Amino acid sequence: MRVTTTVNGTEREVDDVWPGESLLYVLRERMGLPGSKNACEQGECGSCTVYLDGEPVCSCLVAAGQAIGREVTTVEGLADGGSLHPVQQAFVECGAVQCGFCTPGLVVAAHDLLERVPSPSDLEIREALAGNLCRCTGYEKILDAVRLAADRQAQA
Amino acid sequence: MDFLQPTTWDDALALRAERPDALPIAGGTDVMVEINFDRRRPGALLDLGRVAELREWAPADGRVRLGAGVPYARVIAELAEQLPGLAMASRTVGSPQIRIRGTVGGNLGSASPAGDAHPPLLAAGAVVEVESAARGTRQIPVAEFYTGVKRNALEADELIAAVLIAPAAGPQQFSKIGTRNAMVIAVSAFACALHPDRQAVGTGIGSAAPTPRRAPDAETFLAGELDAAGLWETRGSLPETLARAFGERVAAAASPIDDVRGSAAYRLHSLSVMARRTIMWAWAQYQHDREAA
Repeated sequence: MRVTTTVNGTEREVDDVWPGESLLYVLRERMGLPGSKNACEQGECGSCTVYLDGEPVCSCLVAAGQAIGREVTTVEGLADGGSLHPVQQAFVECGAVQCGFCTPGLVVAAHDLLERVPSPSDLEIREALAGNLCRCTGYEKILDAVRLAADRQAQA
Repeated sequence: MDFLQPTTWDDALALRAERPDALPIAGGTDVMVEINFDRRRPGALLDLGRVAELREWAPADGRVRLGAGVPYARVIAELAEQLPGLAMASRTVGSPQIRIRGTVGGNLGSASPAGDAHPPLLAAGAVVEVESAARGTRQIPVAEFYTGVKRNALEADELIAAVLIAPAAGPQQFSKIGTRNAMVIAVSAFACALHPDRQAVGTGIGSAAPTPRRAPDAETFLAGELDAAGLWETRGSLPETLARAFGERVAAAASPIDDVRGSAAYRLHSLSVMARRTIMWAWAQYQHDREAA
Protein backbone atom coordinates (compact mmCIF):
# COMPACT_ATOMS: atom_id res chain seq x y z
CA MET A 1 0.00 0.00 0.00
CA ARG A 2 1.26 3.46 -0.86
CA VAL A 3 0.86 6.18 1.76
CA THR A 4 1.14 9.79 0.70
CA THR A 5 0.77 12.34 3.43
CA THR A 6 2.01 15.79 4.31
CA VAL A 7 4.39 15.66 7.26
CA ASN A 8 5.69 18.85 8.81
CA GLY A 9 4.75 20.76 5.69
CA THR A 10 6.41 18.41 3.19
CA GLU A 11 4.60 15.82 1.11
CA ARG A 12 5.98 12.38 1.83
CA GLU A 13 5.34 9.17 -0.03
CA VAL A 14 6.17 5.68 1.17
CA ASP A 15 5.47 2.34 -0.50
CA ASP A 16 4.91 -1.21 0.68
CA VAL A 17 3.12 -0.14 3.82
CA TRP A 18 1.28 -3.02 5.49
CA PRO A 19 -2.35 -1.90 6.00
CA GLY A 20 -2.27 -2.82 9.68
CA GLU A 21 0.66 -0.49 10.33
CA SER A 22 0.12 2.51 12.54
CA LEU A 23 0.92 6.06 11.57
CA LEU A 24 3.51 5.94 14.35
CA TYR A 25 5.33 3.06 12.69
CA VAL A 26 5.28 4.82 9.32
CA LEU A 27 6.67 8.01 10.85
CA ARG A 28 9.43 6.30 12.80
CA GLU A 29 10.46 3.36 10.67
CA ARG A 30 9.65 4.47 7.13
CA MET A 31 10.09 8.24 7.21
CA GLY A 32 12.99 8.43 9.66
CA LEU A 33 11.17 10.64 12.14
CA PRO A 34 11.87 9.01 15.52
CA GLY A 35 10.74 11.99 17.61
CA SER A 36 7.34 10.46 18.29
CA LYS A 37 7.98 7.65 20.76
CA ASN A 38 6.64 4.12 20.72
CA ALA A 39 5.82 3.00 24.24
CA CYS A 40 2.46 1.45 25.04
CA GLU A 41 0.94 1.02 21.55
CA GLN A 42 -2.52 1.24 23.08
CA GLY A 43 -3.19 4.94 23.49
CA GLU A 44 -2.50 4.93 27.21
CA CYS A 45 0.75 6.88 27.40
CA GLY A 46 0.56 9.69 24.84
CA SER A 47 4.26 9.41 23.93
CA CYS A 48 3.36 9.15 20.26
CA THR A 49 1.13 12.26 20.20
CA VAL A 50 1.18 14.10 16.86
CA TYR A 51 -1.16 16.52 15.16
CA LEU A 52 -3.43 14.98 12.54
CA ASP A 53 -5.19 17.72 10.58
CA GLY A 54 -4.52 20.05 13.50
CA GLU A 55 -5.79 17.78 16.27
CA PRO A 56 -3.58 15.96 18.78
CA VAL A 57 -3.96 12.20 18.46
CA CYS A 58 -2.11 9.06 19.49
CA SER A 59 -0.37 8.12 16.24
CA CYS A 60 -0.14 4.49 17.41
CA LEU A 61 -3.95 4.29 17.07
CA VAL A 62 -4.17 5.82 13.60
CA ALA A 63 -4.00 3.26 10.81
CA ALA A 64 -1.44 4.32 8.21
CA GLY A 65 -4.12 4.51 5.50
CA GLN A 66 -6.18 6.87 7.63
CA ALA A 67 -3.40 9.44 7.29
CA ILE A 68 -3.38 9.39 3.47
CA GLY A 69 -3.89 12.91 2.16
CA ARG A 70 -3.90 14.35 5.68
CA GLU A 71 -1.58 16.83 7.35
CA VAL A 72 0.63 15.47 10.09
CA THR A 73 2.79 17.57 12.37
CA THR A 74 5.24 15.76 14.63
CA VAL A 75 7.41 17.11 17.42
CA GLU A 76 10.14 17.54 14.78
CA GLY A 77 7.93 20.11 13.08
CA LEU A 78 7.48 22.45 16.05
CA ALA A 79 10.87 24.16 16.13
CA ASP A 80 11.52 27.02 13.73
CA GLY A 81 14.77 25.97 12.08
CA GLY A 82 17.49 26.00 14.72
CA SER A 83 15.49 27.75 17.41
CA LEU A 84 13.30 25.79 19.74
CA HIS A 85 9.60 26.48 20.03
CA PRO A 86 8.82 28.42 23.25
CA VAL A 87 7.18 25.31 24.72
CA GLN A 88 10.33 23.29 24.03
CA GLN A 89 12.53 26.07 25.41
CA ALA A 90 10.44 26.15 28.59
CA PHE A 91 10.80 22.37 29.03
CA VAL A 92 14.59 22.77 28.76
CA GLU A 93 14.79 25.67 31.19
CA CYS A 94 12.46 24.13 33.78
CA GLY A 95 14.17 20.75 33.75
CA ALA A 96 10.90 19.21 32.63
CA VAL A 97 12.85 16.32 31.14
CA GLN A 98 14.13 13.32 33.03
CA CYS A 99 14.57 10.20 30.92
CA GLY A 100 12.99 12.13 28.04
CA PHE A 101 10.84 9.39 26.64
CA CYS A 102 7.51 11.06 27.33
CA THR A 103 8.79 14.52 26.42
CA PRO A 104 7.90 14.66 22.69
CA GLY A 105 4.30 13.70 23.39
CA LEU A 106 4.03 16.13 26.27
CA VAL A 107 5.52 18.92 24.18
CA VAL A 108 2.92 18.35 21.45
CA ALA A 109 0.07 18.13 23.99
CA ALA A 110 1.26 21.29 25.76
CA HIS A 111 1.70 23.05 22.41
CA ASP A 112 -1.89 22.20 21.52
CA LEU A 113 -3.17 23.42 24.90
CA LEU A 114 -1.48 26.80 24.57
CA GLU A 115 -2.79 27.22 21.02
CA ARG A 116 -6.34 26.75 22.31
CA VAL A 117 -6.07 28.21 25.83
CA PRO A 118 -3.38 30.89 26.03
CA SER A 119 -3.52 31.25 29.84
CA PRO A 120 -4.61 27.88 31.20
CA SER A 121 -5.42 27.25 34.84
CA ASP A 122 -3.59 24.43 36.61
CA LEU A 123 -6.71 22.32 36.27
CA GLU A 124 -6.80 22.93 32.53
CA ILE A 125 -3.12 22.00 32.23
CA ARG A 126 -3.67 18.79 34.17
CA GLU A 127 -6.70 17.88 32.08
CA ALA A 128 -4.92 18.64 28.79
CA LEU A 129 -1.92 16.50 29.78
CA ALA A 130 -4.00 13.69 31.31
CA GLY A 131 -3.30 11.43 28.33
CA ASN A 132 0.47 11.71 28.67
CA LEU A 133 2.27 9.57 31.21
CA CYS A 134 5.70 10.36 32.67
CA ARG A 135 6.98 7.22 34.34
CA CYS A 136 9.76 9.23 36.00
CA THR A 137 6.83 11.13 37.60
CA GLY A 138 8.37 14.47 36.77
CA TYR A 139 5.03 16.21 36.55
CA GLU A 140 5.81 19.23 38.77
CA LYS A 141 8.54 20.46 36.42
CA ILE A 142 6.33 19.75 33.43
CA LEU A 143 3.59 21.93 34.94
CA ASP A 144 6.23 24.62 35.61
CA ALA A 145 7.27 24.48 31.97
CA VAL A 146 3.74 24.88 30.67
CA ARG A 147 3.15 27.82 33.02
CA LEU A 148 6.42 29.44 31.90
CA ALA A 149 5.58 28.97 28.22
CA ALA A 150 2.12 30.45 28.82
CA ASP A 151 3.58 33.48 30.66
CA ARG A 152 6.06 34.15 27.87
CA GLN A 153 3.35 33.75 25.28
CA ALA A 154 1.24 36.32 27.14
CA GLN A 155 4.11 38.80 27.24
CA ALA A 156 5.11 38.36 23.61
CA MET B 1 -4.57 -7.50 4.78
CA ASP B 2 -6.41 -5.06 2.55
CA PHE B 3 -7.26 -1.48 3.38
CA LEU B 4 -10.71 -0.51 2.16
CA GLN B 5 -11.48 3.18 2.21
CA PRO B 6 -14.95 4.11 0.98
CA THR B 7 -15.86 7.77 0.78
CA THR B 8 -19.63 7.33 0.64
CA TRP B 9 -22.06 5.42 2.85
CA ASP B 10 -23.34 3.38 -0.09
CA ASP B 11 -19.83 2.28 -0.97
CA ALA B 12 -19.18 1.41 2.65
CA LEU B 13 -22.26 -0.83 2.75
CA ALA B 14 -21.30 -2.48 -0.55
CA LEU B 15 -17.80 -3.22 0.74
CA ARG B 16 -19.18 -4.52 4.03
CA ALA B 17 -21.35 -6.99 2.08
CA GLU B 18 -18.52 -8.06 -0.22
CA ARG B 19 -15.98 -8.52 2.52
CA PRO B 20 -17.35 -10.28 5.58
CA ASP B 21 -13.72 -10.69 6.67
CA ALA B 22 -13.26 -6.93 6.93
CA LEU B 23 -13.07 -5.27 10.33
CA PRO B 24 -14.65 -1.80 10.39
CA ILE B 25 -12.41 0.89 11.89
CA ALA B 26 -13.50 4.39 12.88
CA GLY B 27 -11.30 6.27 15.38
CA GLY B 28 -9.07 3.22 15.80
CA THR B 29 -8.91 3.51 19.58
CA ASP B 30 -10.07 -0.10 20.04
CA VAL B 31 -9.24 -1.68 16.68
CA MET B 32 -5.62 -0.52 16.46
CA VAL B 33 -4.89 -1.88 19.94
CA GLU B 34 -6.02 -5.31 18.73
CA ILE B 35 -3.90 -4.99 15.59
CA ASN B 36 -0.84 -3.62 17.40
CA PHE B 37 -0.90 -6.50 19.87
CA ASP B 38 -1.46 -9.20 17.28
CA ARG B 39 -4.81 -10.12 18.80
CA ARG B 40 -6.62 -9.77 15.48
CA ARG B 41 -5.61 -10.19 11.88
CA PRO B 42 -8.71 -9.42 9.80
CA GLY B 43 -8.61 -9.93 6.05
CA ALA B 44 -9.17 -6.22 5.63
CA LEU B 45 -9.67 -2.99 7.51
CA LEU B 46 -12.78 -1.11 6.42
CA ASP B 47 -11.96 2.51 7.23
CA LEU B 48 -15.14 4.49 7.85
CA GLY B 49 -13.27 7.71 8.59
CA ARG B 50 -13.84 9.18 5.13
CA VAL B 51 -17.59 8.65 5.07
CA ALA B 52 -18.81 12.20 5.68
CA GLU B 53 -22.41 11.15 6.47
CA LEU B 54 -21.22 9.28 9.56
CA ARG B 55 -19.62 12.37 11.04
CA GLU B 56 -22.82 14.42 11.17
CA TRP B 57 -25.59 14.78 13.73
CA ALA B 58 -28.98 16.38 13.20
CA PRO B 59 -32.44 16.56 14.76
CA ALA B 60 -34.72 13.85 13.30
CA ASP B 61 -38.37 13.29 14.29
CA GLY B 62 -37.94 14.81 17.72
CA ARG B 63 -34.72 12.93 18.40
CA VAL B 64 -31.05 13.55 17.84
CA ARG B 65 -29.68 11.36 15.08
CA LEU B 66 -26.04 10.99 16.06
CA GLY B 67 -23.91 9.70 13.21
CA ALA B 68 -21.84 6.69 14.23
CA GLY B 69 -18.59 8.52 13.41
CA VAL B 70 -19.09 11.60 15.58
CA PRO B 71 -16.18 11.61 18.05
CA TYR B 72 -16.62 12.08 21.80
CA ALA B 73 -14.95 15.50 21.69
CA ARG B 74 -17.79 16.76 19.50
CA VAL B 75 -20.49 15.16 21.65
CA ILE B 76 -19.02 17.13 24.55
CA ALA B 77 -18.67 20.39 22.62
CA GLU B 78 -21.92 20.29 20.64
CA LEU B 79 -24.47 18.10 22.43
CA ALA B 80 -24.02 18.70 26.17
CA GLU B 81 -27.41 20.47 26.41
CA GLN B 82 -29.45 17.94 24.48
CA LEU B 83 -27.68 14.77 25.55
CA PRO B 84 -26.28 15.61 29.00
CA GLY B 85 -25.83 12.00 30.14
CA LEU B 86 -23.91 10.98 27.04
CA ALA B 87 -21.82 14.16 27.18
CA MET B 88 -21.01 13.50 30.84
CA ALA B 89 -19.88 9.95 30.05
CA SER B 90 -17.94 11.20 27.01
CA ARG B 91 -15.89 13.49 29.25
CA THR B 92 -14.63 10.44 31.14
CA VAL B 93 -13.45 8.58 28.04
CA GLY B 94 -9.68 8.01 27.95
CA SER B 95 -7.81 11.26 27.39
CA PRO B 96 -8.10 14.30 25.11
CA GLN B 97 -6.30 12.36 22.35
CA ILE B 98 -8.72 9.44 22.66
CA ARG B 99 -11.84 11.64 22.79
CA ILE B 100 -10.78 13.34 19.55
CA ARG B 101 -10.66 10.00 17.73
CA GLY B 102 -13.03 7.63 19.55
CA THR B 103 -16.68 7.50 18.46
CA VAL B 104 -19.99 6.41 19.95
CA GLY B 105 -20.49 4.13 16.94
CA GLY B 106 -17.15 2.51 17.67
CA ASN B 107 -18.15 1.95 21.28
CA LEU B 108 -21.28 0.14 20.04
CA GLY B 109 -19.28 -1.84 17.49
CA SER B 110 -16.80 -3.03 20.12
CA ALA B 111 -19.67 -3.67 22.56
CA SER B 112 -17.33 -3.97 25.51
CA PRO B 113 -19.29 -4.20 28.77
CA ALA B 114 -17.00 -1.39 29.99
CA GLY B 115 -17.72 1.04 27.15
CA ASP B 116 -18.50 4.45 28.64
CA ALA B 117 -21.25 5.41 26.18
CA HIS B 118 -23.46 2.42 26.96
CA PRO B 119 -24.95 3.36 30.36
CA PRO B 120 -26.25 6.80 29.26
CA LEU B 121 -27.58 5.34 25.99
CA LEU B 122 -29.48 2.71 28.01
CA ALA B 123 -30.81 5.28 30.48
CA ALA B 124 -32.01 7.49 27.64
CA GLY B 125 -33.66 4.61 25.77
CA ALA B 126 -31.56 5.14 22.66
CA VAL B 127 -32.10 3.24 19.42
CA VAL B 128 -29.30 1.99 17.18
CA GLU B 129 -29.83 2.42 13.45
CA VAL B 130 -28.02 -0.21 11.41
CA GLU B 131 -28.02 -0.73 7.67
CA SER B 132 -27.09 -3.26 5.02
CA ALA B 133 -26.97 -2.88 1.25
CA ALA B 134 -29.34 -5.83 0.81
CA ARG B 135 -32.04 -5.11 3.39
CA GLY B 136 -31.82 -1.40 4.13
CA THR B 137 -32.06 0.00 7.63
CA ARG B 138 -33.43 -1.44 10.83
CA GLN B 139 -33.70 0.06 14.27
CA ILE B 140 -32.60 -1.84 17.36
CA PRO B 141 -33.33 -0.60 20.90
CA VAL B 142 -29.93 -0.24 22.49
CA ALA B 143 -30.86 -2.63 25.33
CA GLU B 144 -31.28 -5.37 22.71
CA PHE B 145 -28.15 -4.39 20.80
CA TYR B 146 -25.69 -5.96 23.25
CA THR B 147 -25.84 -9.73 22.93
CA GLY B 148 -22.75 -10.92 24.84
CA VAL B 149 -19.26 -9.95 25.93
CA LYS B 150 -18.01 -7.81 23.02
CA ARG B 151 -20.88 -9.08 20.88
CA ASN B 152 -23.71 -7.14 19.33
CA ALA B 153 -26.78 -7.65 17.17
CA LEU B 154 -25.10 -6.64 13.88
CA GLU B 155 -25.43 -9.08 10.98
CA ALA B 156 -22.28 -9.79 8.98
CA ASP B 157 -23.26 -7.39 6.20
CA GLU B 158 -24.45 -4.55 8.43
CA LEU B 159 -22.82 -1.36 9.63
CA ILE B 160 -23.89 1.00 12.39
CA ALA B 161 -25.23 4.18 10.78
CA ALA B 162 -26.35 6.25 13.75
CA VAL B 163 -27.80 6.33 17.23
CA LEU B 164 -31.20 7.93 17.81
CA ILE B 165 -31.50 9.60 21.19
CA ALA B 166 -34.33 11.72 22.54
CA PRO B 167 -33.14 15.09 23.85
CA ALA B 168 -33.23 15.06 27.64
CA ALA B 169 -36.66 15.92 29.06
CA GLY B 170 -35.19 15.93 32.57
CA PRO B 171 -31.91 15.62 34.44
CA GLN B 172 -29.41 12.91 33.57
CA GLN B 173 -26.38 11.75 35.53
CA PHE B 174 -23.39 9.47 35.04
CA SER B 175 -20.86 8.05 37.45
CA LYS B 176 -17.85 5.81 36.92
CA ILE B 177 -15.40 4.13 39.27
CA GLY B 178 -11.74 3.84 38.35
CA THR B 179 -8.31 4.07 39.86
CA ARG B 180 -7.61 7.58 38.61
CA ASN B 181 -9.41 10.35 36.80
CA ALA B 182 -8.02 9.89 33.28
CA MET B 183 -7.34 6.86 31.09
CA VAL B 184 -9.61 4.64 33.11
CA ILE B 185 -11.50 1.60 31.97
CA ALA B 186 -14.52 1.56 34.27
CA VAL B 187 -14.46 -0.83 37.21
CA SER B 188 -18.16 -0.13 37.28
CA ALA B 189 -20.33 2.64 35.89
CA PHE B 190 -23.90 3.83 36.19
CA ALA B 191 -26.15 6.29 34.41
CA CYS B 192 -29.64 7.44 35.29
CA ALA B 193 -32.17 9.68 33.59
CA LEU B 194 -35.38 11.25 34.85
CA HIS B 195 -38.11 11.37 32.21
CA PRO B 196 -40.71 13.68 33.79
CA ASP B 197 -42.59 13.88 30.48
CA ARG B 198 -43.67 10.25 30.89
CA GLN B 199 -42.99 9.97 34.64
CA ALA B 200 -40.35 7.32 34.06
CA VAL B 201 -36.82 6.60 35.26
CA GLY B 202 -34.04 5.29 33.03
CA THR B 203 -30.95 3.35 34.12
CA GLY B 204 -27.80 1.92 32.59
CA ILE B 205 -25.19 -0.31 34.21
CA GLY B 206 -21.65 -0.66 32.87
CA SER B 207 -18.82 -3.10 33.63
CA ALA B 208 -20.92 -5.21 35.96
CA ALA B 209 -22.44 -7.89 33.71
CA PRO B 210 -21.51 -9.66 30.45
CA THR B 211 -23.20 -6.80 28.62
CA PRO B 212 -24.22 -3.26 29.50
CA ARG B 213 -27.76 -3.54 30.85
CA ARG B 214 -30.65 -1.66 32.40
CA ALA B 215 -32.03 -2.22 35.88
CA PRO B 216 -35.73 -2.53 34.99
CA ASP B 217 -36.95 -3.34 38.51
CA ALA B 218 -35.18 -0.31 39.92
CA GLU B 219 -36.73 1.86 37.19
CA THR B 220 -40.33 0.77 37.79
CA PHE B 221 -39.88 0.75 41.55
CA LEU B 222 -38.66 4.34 41.72
CA ALA B 223 -41.07 5.69 39.12
CA GLY B 224 -43.94 4.03 41.02
CA GLU B 225 -42.85 5.41 44.39
CA LEU B 226 -42.42 8.91 42.96
CA ASP B 227 -45.86 8.65 41.45
CA ALA B 228 -47.47 7.33 44.66
CA ALA B 229 -45.99 10.18 46.68
CA GLY B 230 -46.94 12.77 44.06
CA LEU B 231 -43.31 13.83 43.82
CA TRP B 232 -43.24 14.25 40.04
CA GLU B 233 -45.70 17.15 40.50
CA THR B 234 -44.63 18.60 43.85
CA ARG B 235 -40.92 18.14 43.24
CA GLY B 236 -40.56 17.61 46.96
CA SER B 237 -37.42 16.06 48.47
CA LEU B 238 -36.46 12.57 47.44
CA PRO B 239 -36.33 10.52 50.66
CA GLU B 240 -32.86 9.09 51.28
CA THR B 241 -34.44 5.71 52.08
CA LEU B 242 -35.99 5.68 48.62
CA ALA B 243 -32.69 6.50 46.93
CA ARG B 244 -31.03 3.76 48.96
CA ALA B 245 -33.67 1.20 47.98
CA PHE B 246 -33.21 2.27 44.36
CA GLY B 247 -29.46 1.68 44.69
CA GLU B 248 -30.03 -1.79 46.12
CA ARG B 249 -32.30 -2.69 43.21
CA VAL B 250 -29.73 -1.42 40.72
CA ALA B 251 -27.05 -3.61 42.29
CA ALA B 252 -29.46 -6.57 42.22
CA ALA B 253 -29.77 -6.18 38.44
CA ALA B 254 -26.02 -6.65 37.92
CA SER B 255 -24.09 -9.90 37.62
CA PRO B 256 -20.45 -8.91 37.84
CA ILE B 257 -17.31 -11.02 37.91
CA ASP B 258 -14.02 -10.79 39.77
CA ASP B 259 -11.27 -9.60 37.45
CA VAL B 260 -8.07 -7.57 37.41
CA ARG B 261 -9.92 -4.28 37.72
CA GLY B 262 -12.07 -5.19 40.70
CA SER B 263 -14.01 -7.82 42.58
CA ALA B 264 -17.64 -8.69 41.99
CA ALA B 265 -18.46 -7.64 45.55
CA TYR B 266 -16.85 -4.25 45.06
CA ARG B 267 -18.71 -3.75 41.80
CA LEU B 268 -22.05 -4.50 43.46
CA HIS B 269 -21.33 -2.20 46.37
CA SER B 270 -20.06 0.63 44.17
CA LEU B 271 -23.10 0.32 41.90
CA SER B 272 -25.52 0.70 44.79
CA VAL B 273 -23.60 3.76 45.99
CA MET B 274 -23.38 5.34 42.52
CA ALA B 275 -27.07 4.70 41.87
CA ARG B 276 -28.07 6.28 45.19
CA ARG B 277 -25.83 9.31 44.65
CA THR B 278 -26.66 9.94 41.02
CA ILE B 279 -30.41 9.72 41.59
CA MET B 280 -30.09 12.21 44.46
CA TRP B 281 -28.11 14.55 42.19
CA ALA B 282 -30.62 14.17 39.39
CA TRP B 283 -33.53 14.79 41.74
CA ALA B 284 -31.89 17.90 43.22
CA GLN B 285 -31.47 19.18 39.69
CA TYR B 286 -35.15 18.43 38.97
CA GLN B 287 -36.12 20.48 42.04
CA HIS B 288 -33.78 23.28 41.00
CA ASP B 289 -35.19 23.29 37.47
CA ARG B 290 -38.61 24.17 38.87
CA GLU B 291 -37.18 27.10 40.80
CA ALA B 292 -35.44 28.29 37.65
CA ALA B 293 -38.58 27.94 35.56
